[in-house]
Amino acid sequence: MLTKTYLSLTDSVEDDFELSTVCHRPESMDKLQEQTKFTKKELQVLYRGFKNECPSGVVNEENFKNIYSQFFPQGDSSMYAHFLFEAFDTNKNGSVSFEDFVFGLSIILRGTINDRLNWAFNLYDLNKDGCITKEEMLDIMKSIYDMMGKYTYPTMQDDAPREHVESFFQKMDRNKDGVVTIDEFIESCKKDENIMQSMQLFDNVI
Amino acid sequence: MAAGVAAWLPFARAAAIGWMPVANLPMPVAPAEKNKRQDELIVLNVSGRRFQTWRNTLDRYPDTLLGSSEKEFFYNEETKEYFFDRDPDVFRSVLNFYRTGKLHYPRYECISSYDEELAFFGIVPEIIGDCCYEEYKDRKRENAERLMDDQEDNKDAKLPNMTFRETMWRAFENPHTSTMALVFYYVTGFFIAVSVITNVVETVPCGSAPNQKEVPCGERYTVAFFCMDTACVMIFTVEYLMRLFAAPSRYRFMRSVMSIIDVVAILPYYIGLVMTDNEDVSGAFVTLRVFRVFRIFKFSRHSQGLRILGYTLKSCASELGFLLFSLTMAIIIFATVMFYAEKGSSSSKFTSIPASFWYTIVTMTTLGYGDMVPKTIAGKIFGSICSLSGVLVIALPVPVIVSNFSRIYHQNQRADKRRAQKKARLARIRISKTGSSSAFLHSKRNGLFNEALELTGSTEDEKRLSKSTSLLESQHHHLLHCLEKTTVSAHTLELALCHNNILNHEFVDEQYYQQSYLEGGLQNYPSRSPSLSSQDGVTGTCCTRRTKKHHTPLPNASAPAHMQPLTHTHTHPQGLQELSTIHIQPLSTSRSSLNMRVDEPAPLNCQSSQITTAIISIPTPPVTTPEGDAHLPAGPTHQNVVKVSAL
Repeated sequence: MLTKTYLSLTDSVEDDFELSTVCHRPESMDKLQEQTKFTKKELQVLYRGFKNECPSGVVNEENFKNIYSQFFPQGDSSMYAHFLFEAFDTNKNGSVSFEDFVFGLSIILRGTINDRLNWAFNLYDLNKDGCITKEEMLDIMKSIYDMMGKYTYPTMQDDAPREHVESFFQKMDRNKDGVVTIDEFIESCKKDENIMQSMQLFDNVI
Repeated sequence: MAAGVAAWLPFARAAAIGWMPVANLPMPVAPAEKNKRQDELIVLNVSGRRFQTWRNTLDRYPDTLLGSSEKEFFYNEETKEYFFDRDPDVFRSVLNFYRTGKLHYPRYECISSYDEELAFFGIVPEIIGDCCYEEYKDRKRENAERLMDDQEDNKDAKLPNMTFRETMWRAFENPHTSTMALVFYYVTGFFIAVSVITNVVETVPCGSAPNQKEVPCGERYTVAFFCMDTACVMIFTVEYLMRLFAAPSRYRFMRSVMSIIDVVAILPYYIGLVMTDNEDVSGAFVTLRVFRVFRIFKFSRHSQGLRILGYTLKSCASELGFLLFSLTMAIIIFATVMFYAEKGSSSSKFTSIPASFWYTIVTMTTLGYGDMVPKTIAGKIFGSICSLSGVLVIALPVPVIVSNFSRIYHQNQRADKRRAQKKARLARIRISKTGSSSAFLHSKRNGLFNEALELTGSTEDEKRLSKSTSLLESQHHHLLHCLEKTTVSAHTLELALCHNNILNHEFVDEQYYQQSYLEGGLQNYPSRSPSLSSQDGVTGTCCTRRTKKHHTPLPNASAPAHMQPLTHTHTHPQGLQELSTIHIQPLSTSRSSLNMRVDEPAPLNCQSSQITTAIISIPTPPVTTPEGDAHLPAGPTHQNVVKVSAL
């Protein structure tokens, strides 16, 4: 009994030790260059920024939220950051490595319209079941509105997210079955001028 | 936005893709990157040590020197690097700030040099990280205290016009300022001592008549003691009144601790005087005499150490309060326990809890008088616990008080040391100042040498110029010279301009030149000079003529007050009143001017005054002896020697 507790004590100490010294190295730059659409220089710049903020080589959710919140000082961006984290963390291991990071960015910034829309759909589909329900959309919408914060002009109504969701579903949900599937989503987006135009914004981010 | 996070901005912008499909309105146009230049390394050369970093790193903080275009001022085209003539060690911290977003304060660095570097690079010290902020603040506070100490010392400097009251106050506060103050200081100290000793001796039993019991001396020699007391109280009263008169703020003075002590020291005497030998109040009167012992506190004006002790106790008030509180708690607890423990035993001295207090205090402070001892076993056990705990409770807050006292005491020592060193420092500064002013004079002479050479074109004199001053010095001296020339009053200008005769000048013989070369800004006390008009004309013209040739950038207003060419150094028509401190005795001849082939031998004195800051003062009182001769004996003029003033 005593030995067991002793071992468990040492185990926990070792575990802590392990966690704190986790150090992830990304794959080589050549491989990344093949897999993503970034140039070498761009990868260098991205990695430098990444490593600066996360010396251990991976971002955990807390860190991720922290970083993202620095860009939105007024509101509460934690929910949206959570959804983003889920979207970036493709292998669902609770941390975003540089590869995940770069893959995600590559799709958004250098992908085709279809890729981007796919990625956005993935973001919205919280349970990854292939369709966006009203509740999921409501969560997303609320998180986006939260980022704005309280101090807006004109002040935000409480049911603004819900209304927004309604209009979104009206636009996107073709067969009015209460969920938006990937095809409906892509089709409706392609038909919308504004959305197409805004997708072009991402060409010049890096 | 923090520094490192700026690198994640592309990510944040990319993440906005989540908003696009949801948005109902079109997005605004993205800012275009005008010159999408690749991130480049820039080299920062700080006193020879090269630092390299990405340009983006520096751009993170655009309101600092390195992040803004201000650094372009330091760009060196040839070496393609930015050169800063600053301390490379401190620069390390500065650059790390850009890299990590946190500013650290290196402990070994002097606080003022660090502050200067931060100010130079445009970084606000408030962003020092938490890890180093406390240390930084502590050092800064120490430095500020030191500066304040120095400033207070400066206040000691005697102001030129101090009223009698201010002088008196200064004398009271700092006895070292004058002998009178010192005498007063020692006299009051002596009387305090006398008074205290009197009070003590009063109660000693003196010898008595055989049939009487012992009486204290006070009752035996009542009159003598009364006289001593009166004398001391007189002195104290006078002192107090004088201080009250001299105090800059009487209200504040009356509230100060020292004045309260003074009052308490002398009040019993007066109250005693007022009260008659009434039986009822005489008891109270006796009690009042106790307060006479407060006179000993008056010594704290005389002793620095006492003041420090008082200050320490005041600053450790919280520790003392804690000590008191914990002791009280322990006393009550143990007294109660002891009382109930000893209740059983007969003939116990522990009659009540308050009675047990005495036992507890004596035990806890390890005094142990032995007048009250527990007899039961329980009592003894608790008694021993009591004494053990007493040691602990008392020992804990004491080191804090001790360390506080030590710190304050050392601070005071340092202040005294600095004061002593300050005198030496000031003396050194004075010496260097006079050195620089004599350099000024020297260079003036040399400067005018230059002009002569321009005119004469003789090359042999060039050798003399070998001991030329550095460029910096010569420019500085030129500046002082310009200042001299600027300060011409309008009066003199008029005089100068109204005379237009031309005068021929001769070049001066070297001998005389050397001997009697005096600066153009010669001094003339406003003297009564005879027959000025013609003389004015002479000098006016010669000066004006010279003026035309001269191209030095002097203010036009001082045309006559030009740099006199060596050829005809003459006393300027305008009397120049110089701000020098030392003046030469004006001699009868005093003509520093030489070799004007004028028929007027008389010196050129004008009554107008021209103020210069020149150091050389060459008074030129009216010359009575004719000096028409070009080759004047150098003797008289020779004595118009230049002297230095502490400019």
